[in-house]
Amino acid sequence: MKLRIIAILTIIALLVTPMFARGDRLTIAGSTTVLPIAQAAAEAYMNSHPEMNISVRGGGSSVGIASVMAGNVDIGDASRKAKTKEIATARENGIDLYCNIVANDGIAIVVNPSNPVKNLTIDQLQSIYTGNVQNWKELGGPNKPIVLVSRDVSSGTFEVFNKLVLQGSTQDAGALMLASNNAVATTISNTPGAIGYVGLGYLSDNIKAVTVNNVKATKQTIQDKSYPISRTLHMYTNGAPKGNAKKFIDYILSPEGQKIVEEQGFVSVR
Amino acid sequence: MKMKEKIFKIITYSSSIMTIIFLLGIITSIFAEGIPIFKEVNLKDFFSSPNWHPTCFPPDFGILSLIVGSFLVTLGALIIAVPLGIGVAIYISEIAPFKVKEILKPTVELLAGIPSVVYGLFGLIFVSPLITNLLGVPIGLNIFNAALILGIMIVPIISSMSEDALSSVPKSLREASYGLGANKWETTIKIVLPAAKSGIFSSIILGFGRAVGETMVVLMVAGGAAQIPDSLFDPVRPMPATIAAEMGETAIGTPHFHALYGIAIVLFIITFVSILLIEILRKGKSIK
Repeated sequence: MKLRIIAILTIIALLVTPMFARGDRLTIAGSTTVLPIAQAAAEAYMNSHPEMNISVRGGGSSVGIASVMAGNVDIGDASRKAKTKEIATARENGIDLYCNIVANDGIAIVVNPSNPVKNLTIDQLQSIYTGNVQNWKELGGPNKPIVLVSRDVSSGTFEVFNKLVLQGSTQDAGALMLASNNAVATTISNTPGAIGYVGLGYLSDNIKAVTVNNVKATKQTIQDKSYPISRTLHMYTNGAPKGNAKKFIDYILSPEGQKIVEEQGFVSVR
Repeated sequence: MKMKEKIFKIITYSSSIMTIIFLLGIITSIFAEGIPIFKEVNLKDFFSSPNWHPTCFPPDFGILSLIVGSFLVTLGALIIAVPLGIGVAIYISEIAPFKVKEILKPTVELLAGIPSVVYGLFGLIFVSPLITNLLGVPIGLNIFNAALILGIMIVPIISSMSEDALSSVPKSLREASYGLGANKWETTIKIVLPAAKSGIFSSIILGFGRAVGETMVVLMVAGGAAQIPDSLFDPVRPMPATIAAEMGETAIGTPHFHALYGIAIVLFIITFVSILLIEILRKGKSIK
């Protein structure tokens, strides 16, 4: 008897749950760089729209784009633009990858605070990261070997650095390849000869940002693109956003949403 | 009653079948996703080229530097952990009075309960600057740091299994040794240790398997440079760290994606062989 009641209740629960879930749902996945923006915006949006249920996951830019292609998510976050190959594959599957630019991000070149070097050009950065310049004294600094700190080759941050700084040349094999912006910041702060790069949101007093081509990485210079190492952050949808996805992306692009973008250490699009 | 017994049997039987299904599922998926990389690079280049540039054009998929990195870090960890672990095991099993044993044993086992990300943070924030300041080397994230942290991590694995092996040596052996006039030191070194040999070797292999597959620590403190190192204080990029760091941002179905699964096959084979070795050691012991 008891067993039967439990069984009936289970069946009812199984039938009812998807009905609730179908309500106002929005799923987002992708780049860990865009994740803090998506997360904070989702929380704020759900506070003002309690009927909305937004689930946000990380996974990486490729996961974000692949999930939109597979139809698993409504919005796929990416810190890079979709590759031609991805757009082509999507089209074959009848999916139109639509790019919504939601924020700007700059990559700051950082050194240990004890390092007197103040400015580096893109050319100098390229020579440093390809291993042609190995000592700070060649750049007007102290006689100290340069410790290269870089990001994992598949991170979105490396991809931008690779494109804008290395410009196709191979990075020196001795460079430390770290897994996160935070790991880079920590390593730079406790390694006197180190040079590295982090997102603008990770700058602190423990690390020193140098100017690149005599331009300082600030919100202003990233917005007007005068800072040479800057990028846009994207949310991909299948076709122009509609329904809940449109509401959410409109919210992020609104002044309130862009305030969240700034709070997370990125640069607003307007 | 009979019904209950039957249900119980079905539940236990199906759980063991499930385990086997999961294992087979994992093995097939690793191989199915990993084999395609050998259409892009031949087997020899994959294992013998030290160039790992998966996102360059054209890409290089050589994992020699990753294998070397993994083995150097693991070897270093064993050099630290084996004497420590066996020392602790001998002390707990042979020397320590009952009360000390009661405290020491759970303390060592507590080391095994610390999440590996905490070990990694410890290495990143505390050990790394210590190495640069004390030893004057430019980089604190290197083979030495990773080996040290991994070594501390696998001490409890080696010590608790070795201690079991030592404790299961029959009392009569020890008594016979004392009866012939041997002291405690001689008895431990010449009688008890050789008798527990296979158990101790198993513990070392298990420690090796844990260290070679450990991901978080090497991801955080090994430095991540895909190179054949020149010194103990050079950064390296062990295999698990490569998979963990790159998988999330790699487009599914690309050669890079398959290459990461190729590394997973190598790791799987290493772990499989080490577990096989433990089984062989165990069998050998039971035949004796």
